[in-house]
Amino acid sequence: MNILIIAVAVMAGVGLALGIIIGIFARLFRVESDPRVDLVVELLPGANCGGCGMAGCSDFAKAVVSGKMAPSKCPVSSSDQVSAIAQALGIEAGEAFKQKAVVLCGGDREQTMRLASYNGIIDCVSASLVAGGPKGCTYGCLGMGSCARKCPFGAIEMINGLAIIHKELCVGCGTCVAVCPRNVIKLVPAEAEVHVYCNSPLKAPAKRLVCKVACIGCRKCAKAAPDKFLIEGFKATVDYSHTPLPTAEDVVAAACPTGSLLTAEEHLQIEKHDPDWSAEKK
Amino acid sequence: MSEEISPEIKLPTGEKLILSTSPHIRDTDSVRHIMYKVLLALVPACIAGVYFFGWRSALVMLATMAFCVGAEALWCRLAKKPVMGTIADGSAAVTGLLLALNLPPQVPFYVCLIGAFLAIWLGKQVFGGIGCNPFNPALVARVGLLIALPAIMTTWQPARGMNADTEDASLWFSPKTIQELKDGKPLDSVSCATPLGVVGTTKKIADNSFEAESNFETVSHPDQMMPYFLGRKGGCIGETSVLALLIGGVILMLFRLINWRVPVVYIGTVAVFAGLVNYFFPGVTPPPLFHIVTGGLVLGAVFMATDMVTSPITPTGCIVFAVGCGVITTVIRIWGNYPEGVSFSILFMNALVPLIDRFCTPRPFGYTTKRR
Amino acid sequence: MKSNSKDYLSFDGGIHPASDGKSLSEGSPVQRPPLLDRYRVVISESVGKPPKPVVQPGDLVKKYQLIAQAEGFVSANLHSPTSGKVVGIVEVAGAMGIPVPAIEIESDGKDEPCEPMPPLDWKTASAADLLARIGEAGVVGMGGAAFPTRVKLSPPPEKQIDTLILNGAECEPYLTADHRLMLEKPRAVLEGAAISAKILGVKNIYIGVEVNKTDAIEALNKHAADYNIYVVGLKVQYPQGSEKQLIDAVTKREVPTGGLPMDAHCVVQNVGTAAAVSDAVTLGIPLVERITTVTGDVVKNPGNWLLKLGTPVIKAVEFAGGVTEEPGKLILGGPMMGFAQKTFDVTVCKNTSGILLLPQSDSIAYDPSPCIRCGRCVAGCPMGLLPCLLGSVIEAERFDLAAENHVMDCLECGSCAYVCPAHRPLVQHMRRAKAEIRKQSKK
Repeated sequence: MNILIIAVAVMAGVGLALGIIIGIFARLFRVESDPRVDLVVELLPGANCGGCGMAGCSDFAKAVVSGKMAPSKCPVSSSDQVSAIAQALGIEAGEAFKQKAVVLCGGDREQTMRLASYNGIIDCVSASLVAGGPKGCTYGCLGMGSCARKCPFGAIEMINGLAIIHKELCVGCGTCVAVCPRNVIKLVPAEAEVHVYCNSPLKAPAKRLVCKVACIGCRKCAKAAPDKFLIEGFKATVDYSHTPLPTAEDVVAAACPTGSLLTAEEHLQIEKHDPDWSAEKK
Repeated sequence: MSEEISPEIKLPTGEKLILSTSPHIRDTDSVRHIMYKVLLALVPACIAGVYFFGWRSALVMLATMAFCVGAEALWCRLAKKPVMGTIADGSAAVTGLLLALNLPPQVPFYVCLIGAFLAIWLGKQVFGGIGCNPFNPALVARVGLLIALPAIMTTWQPARGMNADTEDASLWFSPKTIQELKDGKPLDSVSCATPLGVVGTTKKIADNSFEAESNFETVSHPDQMMPYFLGRKGGCIGETSVLALLIGGVILMLFRLINWRVPVVYIGTVAVFAGLVNYFFPGVTPPPLFHIVTGGLVLGAVFMATDMVTSPITPTGCIVFAVGCGVITTVIRIWGNYPEGVSFSILFMNALVPLIDRFCTPRPFGYTTKRR
Repeated sequence: MKSNSKDYLSFDGGIHPASDGKSLSEGSPVQRPPLLDRYRVVISESVGKPPKPVVQPGDLVKKYQLIAQAEGFVSANLHSPTSGKVVGIVEVAGAMGIPVPAIEIESDGKDEPCEPMPPLDWKTASAADLLARIGEAGVVGMGGAAFPTRVKLSPPPEKQIDTLILNGAECEPYLTADHRLMLEKPRAVLEGAAISAKILGVKNIYIGVEVNKTDAIEALNKHAADYNIYVVGLKVQYPQGSEKQLIDAVTKREVPTGGLPMDAHCVVQNVGTAAAVSDAVTLGIPLVERITTVTGDVVKNPGNWLLKLGTPVIKAVEFAGGVTEEPGKLILGGPMMGFAQKTFDVTVCKNTSGILLLPQSDSIAYDPSPCIRCGRCVAGCPMGLLPCLLGSVIEAERFDLAAENHVMDCLECGSCAYVCPAHRPLVQHMRRAKAEIRKQSKK
């Protein structure tokens, strides 16, 4: 019995002594940090996505406290969170320019020709190194899902071999843009609803050989809504710097012959094979 | 100009083309083939085990293999991994057989079951499956069983050819057992000592006692070396017949399955180290040949230390690893509390393998000796 | 280092592909195919800037006429492979899978050559004249890299080149084009070597040939002494033909990391390039055709063909008698480092050494399993790297660790992936890592 008591007492004593030592050293080697930085970190959403350009939320908090960056630079924070931070620090909230990412390609497995079957690592960079990938079009989305895996917010869904970004989940952090080896994903203003879902600069006959929904550069969209569209060679694209941006009415007025000019909603529904939408567009 | 294609010429359409990166051809070997070849190399040792210890050894081997495969299948089912894909590579069967060869012949079958779970679950699957385990699974199980069930794991059965009438019978059997054998009791129902066990006990008897010295002389006498080599001694199922193990080793080397450096340097280190100790202090340890043909050294050096997953990938690393195993084995045998040190030494060096590989990385082509 | 070609030189590492497939086409002499209707000559055939077309649609051209002019120093001239009319510039599938521009020439059936350039006596001509002639003839490296030979033969003087090595190893399975060239035109090869050596000003000239090509070694040996060239026997090992390994085997020098053969004071040249150099100087004809091996287990009559630039690959297959079944893979080059194609729309270029069609049953499936640390890749890597470790860190996307472990030194020879029993796609991992590291260093 004695032994038991002694053993317990010794363990407790050792634990206590070590605890005191650790406490002393914690005080001694304490790193002074600005309490405001911790406050800002608490108020931030804490996704550590790097969308602000800094190396994580605490890095961003330090930049905000030191005045180098405005709180609105965090693309993930809602406007309430941004004003909360601004209020807490007594500074200006700053301009909020919200961006979202969009995959400018409509070539899923049904619409484009896959010239060969692919045997290799299911990753977009790796696949693009093998003869430009199995798809007939060497400018479009490869469909291996690297962007979907990298997205910290789970906003990208792979449907039928095509990456689709769900607008409501995307915060514009830009991770997917960096990953894509084809540069098919672009950051556009958050309000943009209409896009030309084609990334290929080739001539129309070459494009049509491999893809049913490629943009053939017929310019009908530019005619229906001048100033809102740019024509680059054989491809039309939305002029995102122009206000106002194209709307659903512009899409109807343009009557795009191939179906590469769509609203984001239409694009999503077509890919999901919603019968109400597919029948109209095909 | 011949633009017309004659009807016999069939042109490809390119419909079935497969796109992949180079190389487009591959060696025919696969993990499964490697495992089958290892099983083949173990066959001589299995035959020797059955010859020296009886049919029960074959049952032990089959039971352990079956339990190991079952343990892996159960883990895969629980972890929601593909069952057939995992057990089809044959590594569980190889682990099972190696474990069985490391067990004494008379083990009850529940020991095989516990050993199987120790080997597969604790030795391999918790680390992530094949290729991820730092320790040799069969040795993890053996050491686990040795520590948990020491009495069962150190009870040895006499081999065929040993009987109560030979001169050295008093070395292996207690007087009671000798009497029982003379009365007709079958060999596989008594227990005996192993050569290393005898050496170990002579250490414990008071120094300079006549009995200790005489036992020591008898057990390490040169005439004993051939019987030990062939397998006429107590021990684990697979470790007795050094001849069968060496045949297996040759098979492994012919198939290029193992790096020759590990077994050669391991056995060589033990021989040199024990030889030096024996030369300067003859009473402390028997001559090096004794060390080679007794105990689990050849089994360990040829089949356990050379396990691909847990041995180094660099050639220099293999030498360092083997030297380490050899030194530790000899130290435990001569000065340690256990008579046999092979399992412990291999496990110890397994832990150091990542470090060894890191320091023994070969110099890449085009870098001078001044490494960046 | 002198030799009498009884050597058996080699390097550390490497593998031995079990069946080398060379028996399919080794014994076939080089054949000249019939003239085709049209040829689509890819414009950018070499490393460096693409040459600028100097013909318009509708122009009539003769064989050997210049159709694209080199732009800048690292660029090569392009000449018409036959006589006929220029149709225009079209897009064809390139060997790397991306569409590339090509000049389409409609043949008039006469194959009429234009005036050749005046032949030069290489023994008396100056090095500068010889170099200029090589440049005019558009000679590029025909072993695969397609580097303009005129640039390769003008290394900076501070590199102190003292050795020229001709690469006759042809270590890739299935390919026999270089073998047949050495067997049938040894004098051209040797003369080209002598010319290149004169330009470089070197006295040590070696031709490295794998020892299983005994007939080629004999053919070369008959005349080698006339040119002061030594034929060196090399062990049959892959990748013996890799220039770093070749230099190591022949001269025991190692090309420093990140460097070129000239950093080891050597210049390496393919035997095909040497023959082209000889043709350009002594016959005055530019590079418009090359020997290509059309082979594979599904090809009816595998063999070696003297194909003109711009020959569609499907036509080359037709010359070889077509196929016995639908192929599973079309590879330009050899099976270890060649590029798989997704369409038969590709054409023959200056560096197309082989057209290989593999049956579907041979087209290996993608079924990787975890690495079992067997170490075969480490033993096989000619650059002394740890491919299994690199594969693991790249899969975990730790490209910084990959760079630390010297992934940029990887030759992508495929030895590691060939031997891996777990069927891991190691070369694809390496390529991905290199692409990512280059992208990061550009930022």
